[in-house]
Amino acid sequence: MAFIEVRGLTKVYASGDSVVHALRGVGFDIAEGEFVAVMGASGSGKSTLMNILGCLDLPTSGEYRLAGEEVEAMTPDALASIRNRRIGFVFQQFNLLARTSAQENVELPLLYAGVGRAERRARAAESLREVGLADRAAHTPTQLSGGQQQRVAIARALVNRPQLILADEPTGALDSQTSHEIMSLLAGLNARGMTVVMVTHESDIAAWAGRRIVFRDGAIVEDRCGLQGRSTYTSDEGRS
Amino acid sequence: MNSIAALRSAWRALTTNLLRSMLTMLGIIIGVAAVITMIAIGAGAQERVAEHMKTLGTNVMLVFPGSQSAGGVRMGAQTGQMLTEDDALAIARDVPEVQVAAPASRATTQVVAGNTNWLTYVIGTTNDFLEAREWTLEAGRIFEAGELQGSGKVGLIGRTAALELFGDADPLDQVVRVRNVPITIVGTLVPKGENANGQDQDDVLLVPISTLRNRIQGGNAGKLRRIGWINVKVREGQSMKDAEDGIRELLRQRHRVQPGADDSVRVRNLTEVLQAQEASSRVMTLLLGAVAGVSLVVGGIGIMNIMLVSVTERTREIGLRMAVGARGRDILVQFLIEAVTLSLVGGAIGIALGAAATWGVAAFSEWRVMLSPASVALAAGFAAAIGIFFGWYPARRAARLLPIEALRHE
Repeated sequence: MAFIEVRGLTKVYASGDSVVHALRGVGFDIAEGEFVAVMGASGSGKSTLMNILGCLDLPTSGEYRLAGEEVEAMTPDALASIRNRRIGFVFQQFNLLARTSAQENVELPLLYAGVGRAERRARAAESLREVGLADRAAHTPTQLSGGQQQRVAIARALVNRPQLILADEPTGALDSQTSHEIMSLLAGLNARGMTVVMVTHESDIAAWAGRRIVFRDGAIVEDRCGLQGRSTYTSDEGRS
Repeated sequence: MNSIAALRSAWRALTTNLLRSMLTMLGIIIGVAAVITMIAIGAGAQERVAEHMKTLGTNVMLVFPGSQSAGGVRMGAQTGQMLTEDDALAIARDVPEVQVAAPASRATTQVVAGNTNWLTYVIGTTNDFLEAREWTLEAGRIFEAGELQGSGKVGLIGRTAALELFGDADPLDQVVRVRNVPITIVGTLVPKGENANGQDQDDVLLVPISTLRNRIQGGNAGKLRRIGWINVKVREGQSMKDAEDGIRELLRQRHRVQPGADDSVRVRNLTEVLQAQEASSRVMTLLLGAVAGVSLVVGGIGIMNIMLVSVTERTREIGLRMAVGARGRDILVQFLIEAVTLSLVGGAIGIALGAAATWGVAAFSEWRVMLSPASVALAAGFAAAIGIFFGWYPARRAARLLPIEALRHE
């Protein structure tokens, strides 16, 4: 049984009179520990897929099993719990809470997991150390650069030790130097056994992944496994 | 999500837009302050009336001479048929509802003690007066029968008059001169305070009615046994109305009033007047409280408005919180806590302001106020309830957002 099993997934949006088929019967498996880049033009359905994989949205039809659990049948509270325990999100726009310190931003998932104050602090500090921002814990997002903000977001994503990291254009708002640092971080997480699924439309970013799924018009047009992902040999790069 | 963290995040959200939060709270502040002040003023008025009730005695009415009218010209109060001591005796004897009927006359005159003097009320009456007014002796004795009959030169003195004439000295057995009549003080009266009209009831010297009539007033009054008024106390459990009707009827007969003519006396039912006052002050309290309550509700709507704005503004934040694991309930609690914090902080400020306003009213006006812990608790509870009530809808709206739509909100 694969870590992620997707079968016949469809998603239909009805906006006014027009009906948009964002996904038209998508199916694939992702094994634990894979690093997958999801590519495609905008409107190809890749973001819709990510939202469903992230339990933020439910499919119109089809099956989605995450670690053996049937997600499409779950209540909103159960989905919240899955997101909290199993999934870490990294967004293009970072989505940090304004006027809130890096430390507290990273603590947020633990807050909803019901972790006590002392443990929250310790684990958030450790996460920040992992992304190299231990000395910026008290800074608010406006006091941090874009790359630093994204690293705080990654610290937040991994603080609850999720099995799956979902990154939606994680480098979309960053320059190439910073992008490299962020990708190194993600590759490092993958090297430690976390499954990483990343949406991107830049092929040099996608080149970090060991597998590439390409979407067009709501369907998979290419799924190449066994690529020589850069993650395997540059996992420690940029973490100094 | 634990409550301390929720409180901190609420506090941060509120202090971020400090001016906006303050303006939002203003409605609650004004509402709570108004409720507290109005209730304090109303309760003060009620307390004042209750006190008057106590000093007046229960079931008391006064009988005054009526107005005279001759050839269609009405002469005004107390020009009509004179009341006499016998009228008082007859009322006590013939009207079954009446417990006591004490005749009384009053002179406003200078009273001299040693080298000081004082203008006070000298009331001539009987011992029944004390019973009718539920007035007791502090020290000394009441009038003896012989003194009542034989114009005894004795008096009972009220606290204020005693202080003015004797200072701190014991007035018992002292002699005062009233129009050159030496009166020996044989008793002192327990202080009674102000009456409903704000008069000091302790500024008084009581003497036997015969003494006032024969020795102090003299002249015609003496011969006719005229008196100023009659203090009537109705028996417990008897109808004041029946007693009043009985007295009117009896005095019509005694004064030979023609059928159809005006009554020869006026009866003032003080208890009823005070009860009416009490009822009206209670109604006033309710009314003031209700008006103040309306401003609290308006304040609550202000909170709801700003919470709705806040939910819209922070939709992305809500989406993010949901993405990292917040359940709808967590979001609901977070926004409810913000609304309740707003209303409670506003309530606390309002309580302080209301207490200050109450103090100000007490210090700078004649009104009596009474700030009760109950009204403070009521206002605080109301503020919290308003926070929950008006915070509920926006919070629920936030909690029901779909994670993906909230996250994508622009």
